[in-house]
Amino acid sequence: MLDLTYEAPKPKVIAGATGDWELVIGLEVHAQVATKAKLFSGASTEFGAEPNSNVAFVDAGMPGMLPVINEGCVAQAVRTGLGLKAEINLWSAFDRKNYFYPDLPQGYQISQLYHPIVGEGEVLVEMGNGTARKVRIERIHLEQDAGKSIHDMDPNMSFVDLNRTGVALMEIVSRPDIRGPEEAAAYVGKLRQIMRYLGTCDGNMQNGNLRADVNVSVCRPGAYEKFMETGDFGHLGTRCELKNMNSMRFIQMAIDFEARRQIAILEDGGEIVQETRLYDADKNETRSMRSKEEAHDYRYFPDPDLLPLEIEQAWVDDIAATLPELPDEKKARFINDFGLSDYDASVLTAEVPNAIYFEEVAEGRDGKLAANWVINELFGRLKKDEKDITESPISAARLGQIVGLIKSEKISGKIAKDVFEIAYTQDRDPEEIVATEGMEQVTDTGAIEAAVDEIIAANPAQVEKAQANPKLAGWFVGQVMKATGGKANPAAVNALVMKKLGL
Amino acid sequence: MSIDTDTARRVAKLARIKVEEDALPALAQEFSAILGFIEQLEEVDVDGIEPMTSVTPQRLKRRDDVVTDGNQQPAVLKNAPDAREGFFAVPKVVE
Repeated sequence: MLDLTYEAPKPKVIAGATGDWELVIGLEVHAQVATKAKLFSGASTEFGAEPNSNVAFVDAGMPGMLPVINEGCVAQAVRTGLGLKAEINLWSAFDRKNYFYPDLPQGYQISQLYHPIVGEGEVLVEMGNGTARKVRIERIHLEQDAGKSIHDMDPNMSFVDLNRTGVALMEIVSRPDIRGPEEAAAYVGKLRQIMRYLGTCDGNMQNGNLRADVNVSVCRPGAYEKFMETGDFGHLGTRCELKNMNSMRFIQMAIDFEARRQIAILEDGGEIVQETRLYDADKNETRSMRSKEEAHDYRYFPDPDLLPLEIEQAWVDDIAATLPELPDEKKARFINDFGLSDYDASVLTAEVPNAIYFEEVAEGRDGKLAANWVINELFGRLKKDEKDITESPISAARLGQIVGLIKSEKISGKIAKDVFEIAYTQDRDPEEIVATEGMEQVTDTGAIEAAVDEIIAANPAQVEKAQANPKLAGWFVGQVMKATGGKANPAAVNALVMKKLGL
Repeated sequence: MSIDTDTARRVAKLARIKVEEDALPALAQEFSAILGFIEQLEEVDVDGIEPMTSVTPQRLKRRDDVVTDGNQQPAVLKNAPDAREGFFAVPKVVE
């Protein structure tokens, strides 16, 4: 179905004092699963509730409370896996990752280290100009989110809200296939788009709905290819992990800073220490997060409260049967069926509501013209009003009418903009506007001819000039359009003017 | 495998259990004894045998995705040594 062909983009190269360096990046994306209730409790996942109101005793780590898995979360993880063309593991299991922090009352996070629910998949990340990076997914596992600590409400205390504690996350782990800051951001964007299509994650980065840990290392040109051939990480540099990035822009800035930091150390004869670092957006720098003596020792072990999670192939097949058309397929279809450019198809398939709106406008009409009107006129106007497509004052059916009126030459493109504005602001039907306001294009040659004759007769000096220099004939066309209130068919006017001037 | 007092100290710290310095050697010895027993168990050949996760044949119990719990802020905060404005209040955890 997908017959678009792409070339791999060039890796980002940073010139150092001792030669060129390349970047190697892998991401762990934490996506909040879109469900009503939490992973192991019946408390709500709603954002912005009163502190500690969406908390069951399981989430608060009360003694004796036992986790019971939410089947909705499992279904969403499977759905995401299917959307990423990944292998679904019918047998998976939960482990405890042990550590102490005030926002983790259990003293451990329930996760899936050894047997994740989703295995290997892939994502196509388009980078423009016919290039795309195929990023391999290593695994997706289900795990609990932690609570939220607020440090700025009191000088001596931290405040803890457990509303987010126990909300289901999907951790999507990529292979180190990403080769530059822009690719990393585009990869997160593509995952977000796919999950929004699937309805498995809202992808609201400001609410912490989607966060990424970014692993960055640098190597000399050629080393990555050796790694890809052999699978030996020894060919790559030592990586550092940038924790908890929640903005596309910061992801790029942090990677760029981190790569340059590592290059400076290596060129100075130093060594990179594998560690977790935090990006400070205010200072645009990364700094070490945990001191060495507290090196991670999570003492993972299988969670004795939970049996292995066994699902049936038939259940997975049922979920697969409900998958929507995904972004790559939709885009390919828009290009093939409506004759859209790559760019227009990307814009119109970015979000599902955009695509639905466009399809209704384009249905049975000129697809390219419809795309122009949706992207240039409608999106431009909505942006000005800070409105979302779902709040558009002009319905797709009505915009479709305008496209139809232009195509059938009932109105000119110029008049169409006026019709659009009236339909948009006055909530009126375009066909009715054109009829009521007398905005039909004049294609009646007689009427146009009369106007042309009149203007030619009134401007003998201009006629002389135009006959000497045919480029000036445009002036007559403009005058005729003006005289007819913009309703004359520009092509007909042009032809008549040329004929009358003998050009 | 034998556990030394440094390892015992580290394990205690990771578990946030306070163990007095003079109690560590005895604790290390207990750990060593436990691990010794496990080493003994490891002598049994279990190749090809699926780990037993339950004594009765049962499937992991599931819930539907429905909100059935929560809205009990006072109860959740009841045992907290300090709570303010609906939050747990704890000694500052960032430098």
